[in-house]
Amino acid sequence: MRGKVRPSEEQLVYAYVLDRGMKIGLVFLTLTFLVYIFKLFPPHIPIEKLPSLWGLNVHQYLKTTNIQRGWTWIYNLNKGDFLNFLPVAFLAGLTILCYLRMLFIYIKKKDIIYSLLVFLQIIILLVAASGILKVGGH
Amino acid sequence: MILAILLFLFNPLWGAETSLNEVGANSLLPWWAWPLLLFFATFILGIIAVLGGVGGGVLFVPIVGGFFPFNLDFVRGAGLLVALCGSLAAGPGLLRRGLADLRLTIPLALIASSSAIVGAMIGLALPKNVINILLGVTILGIVAIMFIAKKSEFPEIKEADALSKALKIYGTYYEPSTGKEIEWKVHHTPLALSLFVFIGLMAGMFGLGAGWANVPVLNLLMGVPLKVAVSTSKFLLSITDTSAAWIYLNSGAIIPMIVVPSILGIMLGSIVGVRVLAVAKPKFIRWVVILLLSFSGLRALLKGLGIWT
Repeated sequence: MRGKVRPSEEQLVYAYVLDRGMKIGLVFLTLTFLVYIFKLFPPHIPIEKLPSLWGLNVHQYLKTTNIQRGWTWIYNLNKGDFLNFLPVAFLAGLTILCYLRMLFIYIKKKDIIYSLLVFLQIIILLVAASGILKVGGH
Repeated sequence: MILAILLFLFNPLWGAETSLNEVGANSLLPWWAWPLLLFFATFILGIIAVLGGVGGGVLFVPIVGGFFPFNLDFVRGAGLLVALCGSLAAGPGLLRRGLADLRLTIPLALIASSSAIVGAMIGLALPKNVINILLGVTILGIVAIMFIAKKSEFPEIKEADALSKALKIYGTYYEPSTGKEIEWKVHHTPLALSLFVFIGLMAGMFGLGAGWANVPVLNLLMGVPLKVAVSTSKFLLSITDTSAAWIYLNSGAIIPMIVVPSILGIMLGSIVGVRVLAVAKPKFIRWVVILLLSFSGLRALLKGLGIWT
């Protein structure tokens, strides 16, 4: 007997969105990686050159490869390596989707404190995702 | 098998970082050998992580950072994504079974994810030797926590604190071993929230995931039953690591050739690990995890100090 414990509505909705999104993201990630390694789309950095680059720190790496920080990869999705950023960004953005869905439920339930907490969390994740926050060099 | 794993992971050819970078650049190995080795290594780490009851990220960063020719910036970025994908995969089941609790997670995640952003920014701005020293000290600290932290399956809470009452943080879950529904509530919420500032910082700075710190705080400090603490911690990582992962992604510290084989390897390893769990000897595996972490933590520390380069 499993017991009568039943999670809250928002918890089940969150689980549903997360489950679907995670599966889509992982399939997508595998497919774009296959596109990349089989060179169906030519990569920005030739794959053979990677071993001479992945030992550099991120600042030297970006300078050497002439890659811009932030969302510039979105303009280069015709390149095999940048294409992989799409499912990575999707997986990293999945929590924001789940929280947006949850926000509506908490507002509907008039749970003011949790509506506010969820709203703040969405803002924080959006700020992190926006690329506004810059990292200094080392 | 364990001996083979150790030999594989601690192959002296993959010794020092400077020489490793040269190994990477001047390697006789074709380019595809490294992601393939990474896939197999993370597959094994995925099995060990499940059997040892630790997250993939905490094993991934020190071991891959110490024994592969990748810069620690990219290893930490990949480590966060590995931990993130593991928690995204586990989240739905834990939420549906009522083991992970959303009301408990939301305030903690807000604090931890905010500080994880700061941690990620600090981590990417610090020199590599400083990061290695801090990583080494942290990993050795985690080993100490694994040794000394006790666990309480069903902590007794006399009275919930005012903040947790206001936030309505309490719940019930079904415990199959006793066939009973266990009610739980929490205390010391303000102190726990302040500790999550540091947990988030560490998670973001080192890309480790933070289950090793979440569980003791949830279980021992707040009094959350062990199963709910472990499950909520796993789910919590999906939010904490998301914010830090964005910082690494936007800073360019993501190389798909490192990230994707790692994610796929560790997830497949976790699936196999769950099956092996039924026949494994948990105490022995726990010692393997402690040994692996001690060795790689020491290596990171000595590398940072310039003693073992």
